Amino acid sequence: MAVERNLLEINNLKTGFRFGEEYHNAVDGVSLTLKKNEILAIVGESGCGKSTLATSIMGLHDHKNTKITGEILYKDLNLIDLNEKLYNRIRGNDIGMIFQDPLGSLNPLMTIYKQIAEALVYHSDLNEKQIRARVLELLNQVGIPRPEQIMKSYPHELSGGMRQRVVIAIALANKPPIIIADEPTTALDVTIQAQILDLMIDIQNETGSGIILITHDLGVVAQTADRVAVMYAGQIVEEAPVEELFANPKHPYTRSLLNSIPHELEEGEELHVIHGTVPSLQKLPRKGDRFRPRIPWLPDEAFDEDPELTEVAPNHKVRGNSWKHFYFEGEEN
Amino acid sequence: MWKTIFRRLLLMIPQIIILSILIFIIAEFMPGDPFTGMIDPNVDPAQIDALREQFGLNDPLPVKYVRWVGNALQGDFGRSFNYKTDVLNVIGDRLGNTVRLSLLSTVLTYLIALPLGIFSGRYNDTLFDKGVIIYNFVSFAVPTFVLALLMVFVFGYNLGWFPSRGSIDVQASGFWEESWSRLYHLILPSITTAILGTTSIIQFLRTEIIDAKTSDYVKTARSKGVPIDKVYTRHIFRNASLPIASGFGYTIVNLLTGSIFIERIFNYSGMGNLFIESILSRDYSVIFVLVLFYGILGLIGTLLSDLILMTVDPRIRID
Repeated sequence: MAVERNLLEINNLKTGFRFGEEYHNAVDGVSLTLKKNEILAIVGESGCGKSTLATSIMGLHDHKNTKITGEILYKDLNLIDLNEKLYNRIRGNDIGMIFQDPLGSLNPLMTIYKQIAEALVYHSDLNEKQIRARVLELLNQVGIPRPEQIMKSYPHELSGGMRQRVVIAIALANKPPIIIADEPTTALDVTIQAQILDLMIDIQNETGSGIILITHDLGVVAQTADRVAVMYAGQIVEEAPVEELFANPKHPYTRSLLNSIPHELEEGEELHVIHGTVPSLQKLPRKGDRFRPRIPWLPDEAFDEDPELTEVAPNHKVRGNSWKHFYFEGEEN
Repeated sequence: MWKTIFRRLLLMIPQIIILSILIFIIAEFMPGDPFTGMIDPNVDPAQIDALREQFGLNDPLPVKYVRWVGNALQGDFGRSFNYKTDVLNVIGDRLGNTVRLSLLSTVLTYLIALPLGIFSGRYNDTLFDKGVIIYNFVSFAVPTFVLALLMVFVFGYNLGWFPSRGSIDVQASGFWEESWSRLYHLILPSITTAILGTTSIIQFLRTEIIDAKTSDYVKTARSKGVPIDKVYTRHIFRNASLPIASGFGYTIVNLLTGSIFIERIFNYSGMGNLFIESILSRDYSVIFVLVLFYGILGLIGTLLSDLILMTVDPRIRID
């Protein structure tokens, strides 16, 4: 069996935002790979750095207030080193991006047609007529009824689900090998969520693109992903194929997340929650186990000085050794 | 669109009627009348009373109102007591001057405000941007009359570069000489107006551009690989110009109203100056027509603003 080449390879990526004179890393040493035909989910609470990771790959940060180091390798290019002009050839053409809020991510003053066409004009020599045909084709592909009519409408005239389909059509316009979807279903009704997820799986089957799916919804992960990376405080704490992760979660954070999904609760039983909140960027502990403040009942010996991501089973990586000692509060072993 | 315009114009009729009644009542409450100032020991009070009677000033309010409306509908808006001529003539003379002044002021305002707003918004937190913010604070904080007096003092009196009063040199003759003289007299008052008028435009543009820069649709546009200059022209500027577009109807209408402060200080014979003079001399017929005119302009301004907004923002289209 031939070794499949990675579509995208991220090595030790650090993205720091400037506060005064200092840079604080929102993404702090992330290494990931994405293969063709694969849906890689990145899961974590709000503020864990998953969206920053996405925008870093797209190169959307302004250089004045952000510092990015490490490698984002795509086709022998390190995207971090690209200038704006070269990056613009990659953006939209090789990597498409789907954002969370479908109303906000469409320009309110432009027709749907113009917004999709805009994605095409900078990456192809298509003429007016060909662009029109391609826009129609895209609208059909994302399941929009009456595309001829919808093309001429403005974003506010469409429903949330329709808008998100348009956003997806924009991301797909140039058939990019990589698609990054940043919480694509969060702003949608549950019924629409399922439709959009089905659509994304269909697209992936049709085009063979690699998809990075960023979400905080473990239900979404279970439905769609092939592989999962769990992020906490800018780092990946666990990475595994999706079945393995759900069947055999190791890291305390992953287990706490899974434990806090409200299912089959007895009447009167309390919801499980994770203690505390994700610390702000400036207050984030940079040394030791970053999840430690949220599981204070574990003894000091449980934590490593400098937890590393290590493979504990085939394709299953966990950060540090605290998982070996972890138990839920009140369930002492 | 046309249906909306028609409906809005129709709605204006009752608004104008109510406005005219209100003005009539308020004018009645003003102490004194055009003859108050004429009282001197040599004039027989009975004669003044006779004049009052002759001009119908002693009639009850409704009678006066109905008489005025009747005349106005025939195009007769009354005579000015001050200028002894038709009100429309008096206003017509001043309107030209005011339009010239406001037009130049408005053009200058936008010439200054648009580039400053756009650049400080796009390159915010740079030295240039900080300079613009300081300029904005100062121009916002300085009252009109202070700046106007300063301009007169420095450029009109001390340096003597520009005339500081009047709208034309009385000795100017011939079309070109007259036009030049008019323009020359406009420079100081219009620059003063422009400096003071830029504040809100710069402020709106700057904050809207900064807001738009971080908006999701800009991220989408950049994710398509659209070059940054095109992102600005196609996405950011158009969205950022909405609040300014919404005020543009009033800007057009303001071309006709004139500024009381500016015209007063530069002794420029325009609508603002006429307005304050008529009030001071109780020239009812002029005051009444002016206030009604301003009121109608206000109504038209709102309509224009709505129409402009409707054409630039698809979310506000009604039909």
